Amino acid sequence: MNKELDEFEIDITRCMHCGACVGSCPVNAIFLNEVVLEFNDDCTMCKRCVKVCPVGAIKLAGER
Amino acid sequence: MPEYDVVVVGAGPAGSMTAKFAAKGGAKVLMVEKRQEIGSPVRCGEGISRSWLDAHGIKLDSKSVARQVKGAKIVAPNGTAFYLSEKMAGDEVGIVLDRIFFDKLLAKDAVKAGADLMLKTSAVGLLKDGKKISGVKVKSFGETRDIKASCVVGADGYESQVGRWAGINTSLAPRDITSCFQYRLTNIQHDPDYCEFIIGSKAPGGYIWIFPKDEDTANVGIGMQFTKLKDKADVKRHLDKFIQNDPRLKKGKPLELVSGAVSICAPIDKTIGNGVLLVGDAARQIDPITGGGISNSCKAGKVAGEVLAKSVREKDFSEKSLQRYEKGWRDLIENHLYRNWMAKEKLVTLSDDTFNKVITTLKEVGVEKMSTYAILKAVEKRHPDLVKEFQDLL
Repeated sequence: MNKELDEFEIDITRCMHCGACVGSCPVNAIFLNEVVLEFNDDCTMCKRCVKVCPVGAIKLAGER
Repeated sequence: MPEYDVVVVGAGPAGSMTAKFAAKGGAKVLMVEKRQEIGSPVRCGEGISRSWLDAHGIKLDSKSVARQVKGAKIVAPNGTAFYLSEKMAGDEVGIVLDRIFFDKLLAKDAVKAGADLMLKTSAVGLLKDGKKISGVKVKSFGETRDIKASCVVGADGYESQVGRWAGINTSLAPRDITSCFQYRLTNIQHDPDYCEFIIGSKAPGGYIWIFPKDEDTANVGIGMQFTKLKDKADVKRHLDKFIQNDPRLKKGKPLELVSGAVSICAPIDKTIGNGVLLVGDAARQIDPITGGGISNSCKAGKVAGEVLAKSVREKDFSEKSLQRYEKGWRDLIENHLYRNWMAKEKLVTLSDDTFNKVITTLKEVGVEKMSTYAILKAVEKRHPDLVKEFQDLL
């Protein structure tokens, strides 16, 4: 995970491992290995994943 | 020599149908599924029609069918309801499935036809031989290994990786994404004989559904267009608000939570490559109006399996050979997908007032058939101005 991506936090108490973020990512920067979400260096911080998540499990670090 | 003729990534309906018909035609097939159980977790409202099942060789068992319904009930923002019999309601009503059994039934059919199956096995990359795909790299129980195959099938759902790894463009515009959340609610007083669809601003750019599972339980879910989402977790919030304001549902308690996203796009340009093809949600073969994908996945899966069996006999998995799949599935569903995408692009712009007018008119004058054309014709007499906007669909 690169430095920039430390800015994303996944709330595992909300995440349903549904892949909504994975399929919506325009640059394929998110990988779901059954129940583990990983971001890679291709992420452009467009935040589409934050918005598409049905349960609001992805946020920027420090954000409430 | 490759270990397999075909490796199918994903054992949902699209993958199992592809595997079944490929194996039936003599192909050596392996299905890999990343989850530990087929059909679980459910990611679906589970409503289908029954008309297409026989023609695709699917014999439902009693466990796969949770409920048979009489038709659909479309509810306008002001509460006006319009009932459609099953015959008229198109592809998404008639039967409410138990996907946890239905998906296993289809996987069993594939295995019976001769396909191999591995669970808890994730595809993590494609093997390439020059420009041709030559297999798939998988992780399973702590081991990473290469599986050589003449063709890889991406049946890996909305979050499909196979297509992207193969360089097939499956990316979606924000307006072509729907975000969904669903409760299986029990202790409710819904109408157990109808699949209910609530349209308008309660679910901006989408709809709320109530699909009965039994007398006191239903799948109550919502889909909202991505571009209509404002805050984080907006989807769940809209559904919670709807349930709280509906006296039939207010006392309901959840037995299961489901989330996910579906594509509501126009047919994509290409679903094949050299030694690779995509099927089902991975190929964006979802109905853009209903968000339903089971019937299209099964239809396209059957075509894919039959084409792959031919490719095995001819020892040719080139893009040119797989063109028969590209043409085959498009002949079956492309026009319908495109028309419904055009209609969806209009529907998401309509106000509650317009929906009220349309549903009220349909309720009063009736409609011969549940097609965009028939609906517009029915509404035209009373609201010609409204139908004018849809002229290009007529």
